[in-house]
Parts: sequence; structure tokens; C-alpha cells
Amino acid sequence: MNFLAYLPLGLAGLLGLSLAAGAADTPMYAHGLLLFGFAVAGVFWVISRDGDMGGPAVVREGGINYNDAIIRAGVVASTFWGVVGFTVGLVIALQLAFPVLNFDLPWTNFGRLRPLHTSAVIFAFGGNVLMMTSFHVVQRTCQARLAGGWAPWFVFWGHQLFLLMAATGYVTGVTQSKEYAEPEWYVDLWLTVVWVVYLLVFLGTLWRRKEPHIYVANWFYLAFIVTIAMLHIVNNLAVPVDLTSSKSYSLFSGVQDALTQWWYGHNAVGFFLTAGFLGIMYYYVPKQAERPVYSYRLSIVHFWSLIFLYIWAGPHHLHYTALPDWAQTLGMTFSIMLWMPSWGGMINGLMTLSGAWDKLRTDPILRLLAISVAFYGMSTFEGPLMSIKAVNGLSHYTDWTIGHVHSGALGWVGMVSFGAIYFLAPRMWARERLYSLRLVSVHFWLATVGIVLYAAAMWVSGIMQGLMWRAYDALGFLEYSFAETVEAMHPFYVIRALGGVLYVLGGLVMAWNVYKTARGDLRDERPYETSSAAPAAAPAE
Amino acid sequence: MFDNVTFEEAAMFAETWGLVYLAVMFAAVLIYALRPSAKKKFQDAAQIPFKED
Repeated sequence: MNFLAYLPLGLAGLLGLSLAAGAADTPMYAHGLLLFGFAVAGVFWVISRDGDMGGPAVVREGGINYNDAIIRAGVVASTFWGVVGFTVGLVIALQLAFPVLNFDLPWTNFGRLRPLHTSAVIFAFGGNVLMMTSFHVVQRTCQARLAGGWAPWFVFWGHQLFLLMAATGYVTGVTQSKEYAEPEWYVDLWLTVVWVVYLLVFLGTLWRRKEPHIYVANWFYLAFIVTIAMLHIVNNLAVPVDLTSSKSYSLFSGVQDALTQWWYGHNAVGFFLTAGFLGIMYYYVPKQAERPVYSYRLSIVHFWSLIFLYIWAGPHHLHYTALPDWAQTLGMTFSIMLWMPSWGGMINGLMTLSGAWDKLRTDPILRLLAISVAFYGMSTFEGPLMSIKAVNGLSHYTDWTIGHVHSGALGWVGMVSFGAIYFLAPRMWARERLYSLRLVSVHFWLATVGIVLYAAAMWVSGIMQGLMWRAYDALGFLEYSFAETVEAMHPFYVIRALGGVLYVLGGLVMAWNVYKTARGDLRDERPYETSSAAPAAAPAE
Repeated sequence: MFDNVTFEEAAMFAETWGLVYLAVMFAAVLIYALRPSAKKKFQDAAQIPFKED
């Protein structure tokens, strides 16, 4: 079986060397060498594992040979990239408040660090969380080992290589300037290969399932994987200047380019940051609450209506542009209809706790999961509201958008991911419990207060900015210059950065907790009282 | 293929067949999810996460 690992590694190494040898520019030279280095390291890594593709955390007599080693790798990678992504976010928030922090260097400029932040939190943190949880959930709900031998490891390490190439590219100026799709053509092609293998691993595991029914969380994961593949390929269609050049030109131009970009961009939110993370909600909320999802039937309606509506909502990013009016209205209408599945899903997640609300007092992990679903409800209420043309006329291009994105990203995506990481760490390292539940509570409060500071500051700043832009004086002249609006926003930028400090601190507390849990340490602390209510309607075994 | 389609024709198509398509899909989902015969099946499905770790 090992030659199946060596052959692709050898080919990747040769490709890396030839790219470096014939490189038309320095970034391609460096990335060719990086690919070569990864392939060489991969060969040694496979040799060192001596055929060990990863086993279950707890070996049981007659139990299933789960691959839990890759989940452990996912916990480490998610935690690491989370702290990196949050920190870069804090740096650029401080740059907006104190521009001197740009240092007048190209590599530390806001314009280059901003995509580094968005990609680090979405694709590095979020992507690793989604791969980790999807690999865990699909194995547990299918009662089958992850398919494909070394293939899941290729997905894991291939994704890390993609992230490294993207990140180093941004800092050195390699970008195709499409929001959330900045990596250049060759990095996109690499991700396509990784993603197809990811899809095959997931499908292969579903294929092996012992359970006749495919649990709903897997539907969400599958929709996420398939749709992201489609979006990624179409939006990144481009012609490279040369096969050894890091520069390419998009196949689209003008308003077609804009529409393709926002069809991609909004569905990256819809299928990466929503559908994928709903897969997390539908497995980990019931697990942590120890009761089945409130309504399985509602989850099916939630799934199909979300999938069929989301894909049309993208044009709301292009209100009052050259995009035809009817397309803008179409995007707005579908965005408003999204209220229905979003709130159906939120109710389903929160009501799973019905009859067990007291657990929120004694279980900080469940608290993280519950507040994430609450933020899901809040930001998916705000989103359709902002897609209404009249509201968008005020909110678009202002900080309100930034506040909206972060209530979804920090509140929903971040919190549900923290919950999943805390759920997985003790189980995947086969520990009695987390190093410290009290520290989970500390993390919860740091993150929550951080988000409140962030979102509140951006609401005030954004609406103020929008109102200042449209203020006219008695003679019909604009009342404020652009620089005056920037000056007025300064205090809110400082408050936002303070919120960021708290969120980063929370991430560091989590990293410490995960590290100590992995080592097997238990913090000597006052335990939470166990829930007094009898576990009504206990799940059948 | 689309050279001769006017804006009005495209809009008319979307407003009629597009609406029918989505309404039929939604009705099909509701029937699939809510049909009484599947009650047991979905109750069992909701318990899948609690089977053996």
C-alpha cells in the first residue's frame, strides 16, 4: 500500500523541482521549492509512520478501527491557525486605528495583511475545523473507518501546503485580487486536487456505512464539499501568463466578473461558513446536550430549503451597480427568503436544549455551542435585512458590513468551532476530561465580551459613516469630506481592537487548555455541580 | 442560443417556471419530511449520534 503514497509524493516533488528550475519569477521559484520540500518531508513522514495510518483513540474489543489520529492532527491545526488568524486580525484592526503600524513596508501593509487574515480565519481555521469535524462525524455516524488509506492524510497535509502557499503569496504580493479567492492559479489548482480527494474520502466513508440512514450532519458536510468545489473551479477560471509564472488573468471581466465573484463569495459564506458549520451543530449540540435534535424532520426541511435558496442570494453584494436591476432584486428576494431556513435551523439547534436548559449553568462547552447558535440566528437575521436595497444603500461599503460579518464569524463560526474542539480534545487523546472546564468558561466570557465590543463598535461606526456620507447642507453640498468620516470613526476602531484583544486572549486560553489536555494533565479545580434534573427521555443505546 | 431572448421573455420565464420549480421542490421536501409513515424512521435517525463512540 505504501507505494500509493510514494508515487504521488515523488511526482509532486518532481513537479516542484521543475517549477522552481524554470520559474519565471521569484514567488514561483519559492513555491516550487516549497512543494518539493513538502514532498520530501512527506516521504520521510510516511516512512516514519511505518504503515500506521492512524487508529482509534480507545481500542475496544471488536470495536471499529476509527482513524482518530487525523482528528488529533485537526485539533492541533485548527487551534494553531485559529490563534494565527485572530492575531493577524488584531494587527490589522490596530493598523486601522493607528496607521503607523503599517511600518511603510510592502509586506506589512494593510492591503496584504487583510487577505492573510481573512484566509487564515476562513480557510485555515475554519477549513481545518470543517475537515476535522467532518472526518469525525462521518466516521461516528456511519460506524465506519475513514476510507482511502493515506488519502485523508493527503487531504490534511495538502490543505496545509495550500494554506502556506496562499499565505506566503499574499505577503509577497501574489494575488489575483478576488475577495476570499486571492490565491493565484497554480495554488487554486493544487487546492482543487486536494478538494477532489477530500470529496472521494468523504463519499467512500459514506459508502462503507453500517447505518442505513445517512445522518443529517453528513448531508450538510456533503453539500459544503460539493458546492465549494463548484464555486472554486468556476470563479477561479483564469489564463496564466506562462506555465511557470505566478501571474494569471481571469476569464471574466466587467460586471460578469463581479457577478461570478459574488456568486462565489456569498456562497462561500453560505456553504463554507454556514452549511459546513451546521453539520457541526447537528452532531455536537445533541452530543453535548445528550439529547437528540429537537426535530429531525425540521432538519430535513432546513437542509433542502437552505441549499435551494442560498445559491441565488449573491447579487445582493452588487446593489446599485452596473448589474441589471432585476438581478439585484432577485438576489435581495432570495436573501429575504433565507430568513425562513435560517431561523428554522436556529430554533432546531436551540430547542434541542429544551428540558435541559439547566445544563447551560454547569456545562461551559454547551454554553459555547448554545451562544454560537444564538449568534447564527442574529447574524442571519441581520444579513437579509442588510440585503434590502434601501437598507443596503445605507450599510454598503461601511463598517456595518464588517460588524455583520464578524458577528457571524466570531459568534457563530468561532464559538461552534471552539465547542467542537473542546468536545474532541479529551476524547481523541483518550483523557478522562479536559484539563480545565473553568478555563473554558474564561474563554467563553473573553470571546463573548470581545464580540459584543466588536459588533457594537462597528454598528455605531458603520451607521454613522453611512449617514455622514449622505448628509447634505442647505445648499446641496456634501456636508463632510471623506477624511472627516475617518476621523470620526477613530474611537470605534480603538474599541473594536480592544474586542479583538479579548478574542485573541480567549484563543490563547483555548490553546493552553488543549495543550495540557493532550499532555494528559488535569487541573486541580472546583468541579461544576452536575445537573440535578433527571435525564428525561434518555437516548436509546 | 440566447441571442433573441428579450429581457421581458427572460423575466417572464423566471417569474413563472422558476416559481413553479421552487414551489414543487419545496412541496416535495415537505411531503418527504412530514409524511406520517416516516415517523419511526426519522425518530431512529435522530438517535444515530448516540450509538457507540
